[in-house]
Amino acid sequence: MPIAVAPERPAVRSTIDRMAPPSGLGDKVFKWFTLAMALAVVALVFLVGWQLARGSSLAIHRFGFHFLATSTWDPVAEQFGALPFIYGTAVSSLIALIIAVPLSIATAVYLTELAPLWIRQPIVSLIEMLAAIPSVILGLWGIFVMIPWLRDHPFPFLKKIFGWTPFFSGPIYGVSMLAGGIIIAVMILPIITSVSREILRSVPNLQREAAYALGATRWEVTRIAVLSYAKKGLFGAVILGLGRALGETMAVTMVIGNTPQIRASLFAPGYTLASVIANEFTEATTDVYLQALFEIGLVLFGITILANLLAQLLLKTMGSTIKSGAVQ
Amino acid sequence: MKNSHLWRKTKSALASAASFVCALLVIAPLALVFLHLLRSGASAVNWSFFTELPKPVGVAGGGMVNAIAGSFELLGLAALVGVPVGVFGGVYLAEYGTVRGNWLLRFVADVLNGVPSIIWGVVVYGLVVLRFKSFSAYAGGLALGFIMIPLIMRTTEEVLLLVPAGYREASLALGISRWKTIVHIVMKTAIKGIVTAILLALARVAGETAPLLFTAFGNRFWNHDLSEPIAALPLQIFSYAISPYDDWHRQAWAGALVLVVMIFFVNILVRFLTRERVARVL
Amino acid sequence: MESAAIIDPPMITPVSSPQQQVASGSEPTAAAPERPPAFEVERLSIFYGEKKAIENVTLTIPSKMITAIIGPSGCGKSTLLRSLNRMHELVPQTRIEGKVVFAGEDIYAPHIDPVVVRRRIGMVFQKSNPFPTMSIAENVLVGLKLNGVRDRAFLRERLEQSLRMAALWDEVKNDLHKPGISLSGGQQQRLCIARAIAVEPEVLLMDEPASALDPIATAKIEELIHELSSNYTVVIVTHNMQQAGRCSDYTAFLYLGRLIEFAATTKIFTNPSERQTEDYITGRFG
Repeated sequence: MPIAVAPERPAVRSTIDRMAPPSGLGDKVFKWFTLAMALAVVALVFLVGWQLARGSSLAIHRFGFHFLATSTWDPVAEQFGALPFIYGTAVSSLIALIIAVPLSIATAVYLTELAPLWIRQPIVSLIEMLAAIPSVILGLWGIFVMIPWLRDHPFPFLKKIFGWTPFFSGPIYGVSMLAGGIIIAVMILPIITSVSREILRSVPNLQREAAYALGATRWEVTRIAVLSYAKKGLFGAVILGLGRALGETMAVTMVIGNTPQIRASLFAPGYTLASVIANEFTEATTDVYLQALFEIGLVLFGITILANLLAQLLLKTMGSTIKSGAVQ
Repeated sequence: MKNSHLWRKTKSALASAASFVCALLVIAPLALVFLHLLRSGASAVNWSFFTELPKPVGVAGGGMVNAIAGSFELLGLAALVGVPVGVFGGVYLAEYGTVRGNWLLRFVADVLNGVPSIIWGVVVYGLVVLRFKSFSAYAGGLALGFIMIPLIMRTTEEVLLLVPAGYREASLALGISRWKTIVHIVMKTAIKGIVTAILLALARVAGETAPLLFTAFGNRFWNHDLSEPIAALPLQIFSYAISPYDDWHRQAWAGALVLVVMIFFVNILVRFLTRERVARVL
Repeated sequence: MESAAIIDPPMITPVSSPQQQVASGSEPTAAAPERPPAFEVERLSIFYGEKKAIENVTLTIPSKMITAIIGPSGCGKSTLLRSLNRMHELVPQTRIEGKVVFAGEDIYAPHIDPVVVRRRIGMVFQKSNPFPTMSIAENVLVGLKLNGVRDRAFLRERLEQSLRMAALWDEVKNDLHKPGISLSGGQQQRLCIARAIAVEPEVLLMDEPASALDPIATAKIEELIHELSSNYTVVIVTHNMQQAGRCSDYTAFLYLGRLIEFAATTKIFTNPSERQTEDYITGRFG
């Protein structure tokens, strides 16, 4: 190609003239568009709150505070008290935390501090796979594998040893509050583990090195330098797990027995807020019934939002203390 | 002195061993579930499972072809809602905004991520089903789409922030406007990461059942109208699992196996994609 | 369209082959340049938040010559360079006082669109940054295509011209569709130069363009800069004084955000008027 020879005068348009004139409009439109999309998350929170409040206004008006404090759930007589569900949600989540928290945090410690390097990634990947298993499939496994096994082996054993306490007495059906708690524990193990692992990884190495320099063993370093440093964040991870536990639906619904009652025995069937919505929503034949279920949704939304707010605050402020710690 | 040192060493070894056992216990459910899925599901997965409609009660055989198709339709509808909002919201967080405002938006997105999926079902029921007086694929897709939004938003933001600032500068220095820089340079560079974010969110909602119970509702037949109830794999698994028929239980296991294999496949694909992306950008 | 008219359209730059250009390279002289200046920086101060990065700099940068900005790291030389095409504004919370007059107009005047400024004043960065998703050809033409140039024949012509001017054509003419990042470090940097000149700016700002390169690649870039100066005003920031001495016509010495001395390079390096300049170039500090 011949190289252009300098022309006497600019006969052709210069490059800049060939370009589209800049317009601030595209930039403005794009920025406002993306802002609108980002604000969708805020809008969604309000949408959920508004929709739930609107759907339950009649029930709130009719039952008032009694809704939360009474334990009769009788759709035929149009008597609705949410206490058994609140109790069931609280107890099953508590069981889940008692099982999941020590296991998850110990696993996170193992993965960040104690495990040989080559084994870490495979275990992390397996935990991610566990997190990917849908709730309904865990419930399926719960019904056909876990419940029969629990009923035949661990439950009778527990009854033999602790049967004198109210918690492990009474008939064993298999489906029970305890089974619900166990399946929720399985569901929240991955999230608590992975968030705790992130927290522990963000502890500055300086902390560890200082402890090692004092001649501490690996475990002492972990206990003194790492765990005490990460306490707040780990608490955040636990609360995050609690938030998930409170709202866990399918797997629990399949193994908890779905009976609106308050029993001390963990072998007795129970019911949770999420389960009652899942089971009865499409059966709600009267307006009040549907409204009562909406109100249960509102209660569930309220407590999970609170748990998540607390968890995110703990995790985010943990992040900032770590950052300022790293600067020192 | 020596003894106490020995004791401390032993304690450290014990702690390692105990935490190793805990790690095994955490992954044990995965192994157990997968084992039973293979044992009970593999025998029921056959050609007719993928080609036939559910048979009426008492008639053996049949398949879940309508539920598999329905799941994909629902995911498509969910993507229509979740992808644009999530991706461009993520663009805002990564490219625009103030430090404080973005902190707040991230915070809200993370809180929203913790809203139980059943709540989305209730909300969409009130929003769509009550209004149009019908369960529908649209309602199911919307519920899943809402769940995808914060997931995609946060991951998109993260992958965009991985794009080195040098590319933005180089583009702006050529007199290319900001939005074209973002779309043609930044997002194009991060496209694999964005696709990853979308696939992960789809894999996550593909297994959701609770938000579909009273939105998509389920259907034992083909659905040719998105404003009608539609079948979905997880819904079908649920209704078969709690049924009293052995044949349906077998079908539930088969459906579960198919669903898990699809989800794992996406997760592994994503891992493959991200590995290459990291090698490319860094 | 007020903003588009800020500066009258430039004459089309006659493009000649590198061989021809060597002869026309102007020797630096201490005399004031005869051509109208490219930039007149007047009492320019730049703030990052509370921090003052540039303090009251006044400077006239000659056109179609190479001006080097030197000084110890942190002296504000990069900031000064970036203020010439408003790239420093990308850092949040920047504020400027004073003027930068380019071709008769203050580029910080309220009606001026930074996009137009940047089309006319190109930039090459310290770290070579070809777009990783694009081929060599796409990298060169991205500035034209994304700015709405569609004419295929013209694009093809600019592709070859730009790569020839960046002394890269012979090395890549058969690999135009290979990814830009498959090139070597020095080639990548020349690709970035080709990309910058494809949009035919009048000025090229270079921010330590050779600091990440090996000596051979550096020599090539320096030769290229010298050749480019016959068509472009080049402003180059460097921490390498030998480089400034080798390839610039004028040199500005910056220290702690202030302009200490600005003069023909030969004068700065042989007979600086300021004590601080002498200390710096003789290696007594910095």
